[in-house]
Amino acid sequence: MRMNPATRMRLVCPAGSLPALRAAIDNGADDVYTGIKDETNARNFAGLNFDLPALREGIRYAHARGRRVLLALNTYPQPSTWQKWRRAVDLAAELGADAIIVADVGLMDYAARTHPGLRIHLSVQGSATNYVAINFLRERFGIARAVLPRVLSVQQIAHTIENTPQVEIEAFGFGSLSIMVEGRCAMSSYATGESPNTHGGCSPAKAIRWDRKKDWVDSRLGGVLIDRLSPTDRPGYPTLCRGRFKVHDDVYYTFEEPTSLNTLAIVDKLQEIGVKAIKIEGRQRSPAYVALVTRVWRAALDACAADPASYKPRDDWMAQLAQVAEGHQCTLGAYHREWK
Amino acid sequence: MKPALTLGPLLYYWPRDRVFAFYEEAAGWPVDTIHLGEAVCGKRHEMRPRDWLDIADRLAARGKEVVLSTCELIESEQDLRVMRGVAGNGRVLVEANDLGAVKLLAGKGPFVCGPYLNIYSRPTLEVFRSFGATRWVAPIEMSREGLREVLREPGLGMDTEVFAYGRLPLAISARCFTARYNNLTKDDCGFSCGDHPDGLLVSTQDDEAFLAVNGLQTQSARVHELSSELAGMAAMGVNRVRLSPQSQHMGEVVETFRRVADGALAAAEATKILARLAPGPLCDGYWHARPGHERAGRVSLAAVRA
Repeated sequence: MRMNPATRMRLVCPAGSLPALRAAIDNGADDVYTGIKDETNARNFAGLNFDLPALREGIRYAHARGRRVLLALNTYPQPSTWQKWRRAVDLAAELGADAIIVADVGLMDYAARTHPGLRIHLSVQGSATNYVAINFLRERFGIARAVLPRVLSVQQIAHTIENTPQVEIEAFGFGSLSIMVEGRCAMSSYATGESPNTHGGCSPAKAIRWDRKKDWVDSRLGGVLIDRLSPTDRPGYPTLCRGRFKVHDDVYYTFEEPTSLNTLAIVDKLQEIGVKAIKIEGRQRSPAYVALVTRVWRAALDACAADPASYKPRDDWMAQLAQVAEGHQCTLGAYHREWK
Repeated sequence: MKPALTLGPLLYYWPRDRVFAFYEEAAGWPVDTIHLGEAVCGKRHEMRPRDWLDIADRLAARGKEVVLSTCELIESEQDLRVMRGVAGNGRVLVEANDLGAVKLLAGKGPFVCGPYLNIYSRPTLEVFRSFGATRWVAPIEMSREGLREVLREPGLGMDTEVFAYGRLPLAISARCFTARYNNLTKDDCGFSCGDHPDGLLVSTQDDEAFLAVNGLQTQSARVHELSSELAGMAAMGVNRVRLSPQSQHMGEVVETFRRVADGALAAAEATKILARLAPGPLCDGYWHARPGHERAGRVSLAAVRA
């Protein structure tokens, strides 16, 4: 069957480094998204992201193969460093990035005025959970695409798409599962002083401490005890919302178990309701991770576009993704209403 | 200049009678402005939109400025319906807590930008001003120095408000954590958040009070408290402070802030009183560009070295 280009979803993959960018493109990403080495993006981690020569080379590599590079400038410009975000927008335009991914309304305003030809994607950090908000940003700043926070059910996404005819909708497909509305969570800064909104990162590595005791290991973030692990536990990255806390006398995963989002099982449904792009999370992950996840998702999206009626996620795809998932478990998260 | 006192929206789910009684009392408190409306969860139904407007009328008759706050999380068509009703109420000032609400209010007269709109810089604030906003509430994470920078250039022409007392609204989710604690789903939550008039305490495994779960919202267990900063705030251009409702002693909290603002009570004395009235230990880290749970002056040596 011939693919209908109108229904084929774009695969948007993470590139935390030049090798990861090449891995994504070589394995079938349509778009890669990346960030500059500073707090202008929400994965501001040591050893991650692109300096100027790497960014230039990344864009060259992608464009030579007909793919797109999206530059994430998706944190909130802070009071005294606004110029840095503005320069980053200028840089994106100058280097020929295919779009910028932005959360801050002031930055959207600047980009729309200064570089009217530069595509703006609304970042998930922009917390637009309804079509009224999305259409407002289209009307004011001409956003071309919106990435939906990971809090909406499939029915709610479908309803949002029906009501945003001028904006492409991008949904998360795989990777770390955000429990809170993105852009609306300050738990990390409450414990450590740094959050995605202010510093471009959640639960920064420098705030993590592992205290080895005789019979257990204490996992601390900013001094706060996040979890107490027995030798048989598989320690995950100590993110606050994956911690085990105490309510009355119950110790349990108060917010969410260590698990990854995986929507492979509902790709046909997402395509049918008109999702235009699927985002893979993980700019902090290795090129090997990016290669594997991109390969699986490329195969799935191609199979679904070719014959949606008989689409079914293959067992080997699911097994491969589970291997790289947090806690080796996957969930449909909020896409499945019961999760809430 | 003395800062005006704002009573923030009630973030918890209290029985209808109790809400009416609370605002009946509040009418006699020395606050200038009172926020009304459901700001956390669209499923909560003890108070109908009509009820809020009734209370608004009573408070206005007692000389209070009234503001209706929109919900922080707008997902469903039902949420949108409620939001449209609030935004289009036609007589009471509205606080927008979502960009959808901003859309409904932009260009139609004055409105308030709530603390969840993520306004961290002057250029961004000016964009919201161009939509017609006349007042804004700084994000809870904003530090004193950060806010000073935002307000440095004169001519803003907007009211600036700071969250100065209460458990901090740290995060919102589509998932209900009170229901989760009770092994219920959100669709069948039994309105269990109603059992916890100041939120459900979440402690660490070594028994430190850490967070408070309030349905979809996660709050700090500690109570953010900036009474000793009022004079400094006024000097840099903050003209309003927000006090967030709690179930007990709220009138005394308001009174304490009023006396500090009027210069009738020393800040050190106020802090002692507030420590007794608050439902948890006090904190003020965000204001001092520190982790939010810290209390300035009581920062541990380890934290200073880090």
